[in-house]
Amino acid sequence: MITRWLSGRLARSLDDRLRVAPVLRRALAKVFPDHWSFMFGEIALYSFVVLVLTGVFLTLFFEPSTADTVYSGAYAPLDGSRTSAAYASTVRLSFDVRAGLLMRQTHHWSALLFVGAIVLHLLRVFFTGAYRRPREINWLIGVTMLALALFNGFTGYSIPDDLLSGTGLRILYSVTQSIPLVGEWLVFLAAGGEFPTAELVPRMFVSHVLLVPAVLAALIAAHLGILLRQKHSQFPGPGRTENNVVGSRFWPSYTVRTLALFAWVLAVAFALGGLAQINPVWIYGPFDPAQAISPAQPDWYVAWGDGALRLFPAVEFRVFGRLVPSPFLPGVVFGGLTFAGLYLWPFLERRRRRRRDRLAHQLLDPPRAHPARIGFGVGVLALFAVLLAAAADDILARILRLPVLHVLSILRVLALALPVSAGVVAYLVARALRAGGGRGIGELTRSDVRSAMRFGSRAGGVSTGVGDPSPVATAEPAAGSHDAARIELWRDPDGLWRWRYRDAVVVLAASQAYRSRPEAERAAATAYGDLPAREVAPSGGRTGEPAAMRERAGRIAGRAGGYLALAAVALWRGRRARRRPPP
Amino acid sequence: MTGRGTPDRRERVSSAVVAAAFGVSALGAAGFAAVYATGGQTQLEGLTLAVAFAGIAVGLSVWARRLLPTGGYVEEHEPFDSPPADLRLAAEALTGPESPVRRRGLLAMLGLALGALAGAALFPLRSLLPFDRQRPARALRTTPWAAGVRLVRADGTPVRPADVPDGTVLTVFPQGHRSRGDVPAFAVRLDPARFTAPPPGGTVAGVVVYSLLCTHAGCPVALYLQGTARVLCPCHQSTFDLLAGARPVAGPAARPLPGLPITVDVEGYLVATGDFTAPPGAGFWSLR
Ligand code: HEM
Ligand code: FES
Repeated sequence: MITRWLSGRLARSLDDRLRVAPVLRRALAKVFPDHWSFMFGEIALYSFVVLVLTGVFLTLFFEPSTADTVYSGAYAPLDGSRTSAAYASTVRLSFDVRAGLLMRQTHHWSALLFVGAIVLHLLRVFFTGAYRRPREINWLIGVTMLALALFNGFTGYSIPDDLLSGTGLRILYSVTQSIPLVGEWLVFLAAGGEFPTAELVPRMFVSHVLLVPAVLAALIAAHLGILLRQKHSQFPGPGRTENNVVGSRFWPSYTVRTLALFAWVLAVAFALGGLAQINPVWIYGPFDPAQAISPAQPDWYVAWGDGALRLFPAVEFRVFGRLVPSPFLPGVVFGGLTFAGLYLWPFLERRRRRRRDRLAHQLLDPPRAHPARIGFGVGVLALFAVLLAAAADDILARILRLPVLHVLSILRVLALALPVSAGVVAYLVARALRAGGGRGIGELTRSDVRSAMRFGSRAGGVSTGVGDPSPVATAEPAAGSHDAARIELWRDPDGLWRWRYRDAVVVLAASQAYRSRPEAERAAATAYGDLPAREVAPSGGRTGEPAAMRERAGRIAGRAGGYLALAAVALWRGRRARRRPPP
Repeated sequence: MTGRGTPDRRERVSSAVVAAAFGVSALGAAGFAAVYATGGQTQLEGLTLAVAFAGIAVGLSVWARRLLPTGGYVEEHEPFDSPPADLRLAAEALTGPESPVRRRGLLAMLGLALGALAGAALFPLRSLLPFDRQRPARALRTTPWAAGVRLVRADGTPVRPADVPDGTVLTVFPQGHRSRGDVPAFAVRLDPARFTAPPPGGTVAGVVVYSLLCTHAGCPVALYLQGTARVLCPCHQSTFDLLAGARPVAGPAARPLPGLPITVDVEGYLVATGDFTAPPGAGFWSLR
C-alpha cells in the first residue's frame, strides 16, 4: 500500500511537470506482434547492453599501449617476461584481477552473440520482405550497424596484441593496402606507418571503446525511434490487415516477456563467459611479426572474409604498370559487393517488379510467397557457409586426413556448385509450397514438386516469381472470412468507449479506450475499413486480463520481495547478535 | 501443470513457481558474492551469476506465459502519407515570407563558407600520417637490410653458414632491427644440385636466405616441408618452392618470396650484400 501511494505521488509530481499521462497511456497500450522471429533484434539489443557493461569493466584495467613492460603476476609461464603493455594487461585481467577473466570471456562471448543475433535478425527481415516500403531506412541503418559490429569486433579482438589477433591484423592491413591508388595511403593514415606501429593499438582502442560504440548507440536509438513511429509489421492472419497491428500490449505482457529475454541473454552470456574458455591469449603468446600460429582461425563473423582469401585463386594483375595484388579481389571487391548488395537490395528488388512496387507494406510475406527472393537468399547463405568452412580448411584437412590442397579444391568446386543448387532447390520448394498453399515442407508430394518445375503454366503459382503478390500475401482477408467479421463497440461504466473485432476465428480487443464514440469508431474504421460496426452491451468480452490474474501477479512480486526483505533482516540481526559481546 | 486442475489451482502453482525462481535467483546472487569474497573462481562466478539471471528469466517467463494474456489486442495503423492539407501547411511554414530559404544569394555564400570549412577540416587528418617518416611507397619498398648488415638470430647472435641446420629453417634478422615488421627472413640449407632455378639472393655454401613474409598477405611462412624443400604459409596455405627461386606453387600468393643477397664477412659470419631482391610481404599499388 505504501509503495502504491508513493508511486502514485511520484507519477503525479512527474505529470505536473512533464504531462506524461497521455504519452504514457498510448505507450503502455502499444501492440507488439507475437512471433518468435521478432526476438532476434531484441537479443542483439540486449547483447549490446552486456557488451557495454562488461566492456566498461575491462576498460578500467586494460592498457592500450605497445610499450615494453614486464609482466609479473599469477600466470607463472609468463611471469617476468617482456611483452607489450596491452598484452601484459590482458594477461593480468585474466589471472590477477578478480572476476576479470569472467568479464573478458563474457565480453567476447556476447560479441559473438551480438553479431549472431544481428545476422539472424537480418535474415528474418530479408526472407519476410520486412525491408519494403516504408521500412527501407531501418534496413539501411541495420546494415550499417552490422558493418560497425563486425569492425568493432575486429578491433576488440586485436587490441590485446597477442600472436593470433596480430596475424589477423596484419592480413587486414595487407588487404587494405591492396586497394589500387589509395591503399598505401589508407593504411598509413589508419596505422601511422608500416605494420606494426605503436599507434595501432591506441587508435583501435579509441575506436573500439568510444567512437564505434557511440555511433552504434545513436543508430540503435534511431532504429528503435523509427520502429516506434512506423509500428511493427506483422504476418498475415485472421483479423490482420495492412492497417492494424495485432498482438500483445506493451504493458504488461510484452514488458514482462522482453525483460525475461534480457535476463536470458545475461544468463547465457555469463554462463558461457564462466564455463567456456574463449580467446586464451596467454596460450597464443604476444605478437611477434616473425612468428606464426597454426592452425589459425578468426572469430566466425570475419571468417567468411578469411575463407574468401583462402579459396580465391592467385590472381594478380597490373594496371598502367602498377600492381593490383591478389587480396584485392577476394578481400576488397568481394567484401564491398557483399555490403553494396545488402544496402541496395530493397531498391533492386523494387525495380525488378513488373509494376514498380510503390505500396507501403505492413503485412509480411510468408517466405514461400517469393520463390525468387528465397532462392537468391538461400544461394547466398550457401556461399557464405562454404566460405566459413574454407576458413577452417586446415582443420578440415586434419579431420578428413586429406592434404589441405585437396580440401581446397573440393571447397572451390562447392563454392560454385552449392549456391546454385541450393538456390534452385529453395526456389522450387517455395513454388511448390506456394501452389499447395499453407502446408509444410514435410507434406510436399512429388507431384507438387513436378508441377512447380513446369514453368509458364500457372501450376507453380505465378511464372516469374519475384514480386507477384501471391494469394497468401494479399492484404485483405479473403471475402469469405468477412462474413462473420464485425466491429463491436460499447461504453464502459466509467464512460470510456471501447471496441473489438470479432470474426469466426478470433476476437481482438482494441488496445486503448477512447473518450468518445466517434473517436473509437474512427480507430476501428482505420484498422478495418468499413466493416459493419454495432453497439453491444458492456458485459463480457475481453477488456483486459481477468482481474483475479492481475491481482495474483501483483501479489507474487510483493511476496517475493517480502521474503527477500525478511531474509535480509534475519541475516543482519544474526550478524549483529554475533558481534554483540556475550552478557 | 497444464491441463490438470481448475484454473485457480493452476494459477497458484504458477505463482509458486515464479516465486521460487526469484528465490533461486537471489541465492545465485548471494552465491556470486560469496565466491567473489572468498577469492574468486571463474567457473563458479559464471555459474552463480548465470543462475541469478536464469532465475529471473525463468520467473518472468512463467509469469508472462501463465499469468498474463498473450495476444488478443489490435491497434490501428494509420497510413503514412500525410493529408494534403498537412503537407501544404508544413511547406508554407518552411518557405513562408521571412524564411531563409528564399535568400538564394545568401544561401549560396553560406554554402561556400561551409564547404570551405569542411575542406579545411580534412587537413588535420594529415596528422594521422607519420610526418617525420618516408612516403608510404618508399617505406614499403625498403627495409633496413643493406650491404654489410649481419644476419642474427632472434637472440641477436650472428650466424655462420655452418650454423644453419639441416632439415629446418633458421629465422634471421638484420642486426639491430629485431622487431620491425618487414625484416624477418629465414636461412635454409639446400643441395644446389636440386635447384631448378637459381636462388635470387645467391648461395653461400648451400645456404640460401629468403624473406619470411608471405607475398599474399604478409604472414610468416613458418612451415617447412623438408622433403620437397617447400615452405607453407599457415594463414591461407600459399606454398613456395625453394628449389625454384621460391616460386608460389599453390594457394593465393602470386609472387615469389624475395631473396636476400648474402655473402660472408671477414669473421666468417653471414652478411647481406643489399636489400631484398623485391619488396617483402604483401603487394601494393606502386610495387613495380
Ligand atoms: C559494440 C560492440 C562490441 C563488440 C562487438 C566488442 C568485441 C570485443 C572483442 C571480441 C574483444 C576481445 C576480447 C578478448 O580478449 O577475448 C573486445 C575487447 C575489449 N573490449 Fe569490446 N566490444 C564491444 C564493445 C565494447 C565497449 C562498449 C567497451 C567499453 C566501453 C569495450 C571494451 C573493451 C576492452 C577494454 C577490450 C580489451 C580487453 C581485453 O581483451 O581483455 N568493448 N571487445
Ligand atoms: S598470407 Fe600467406 S597465404 Fe595468405
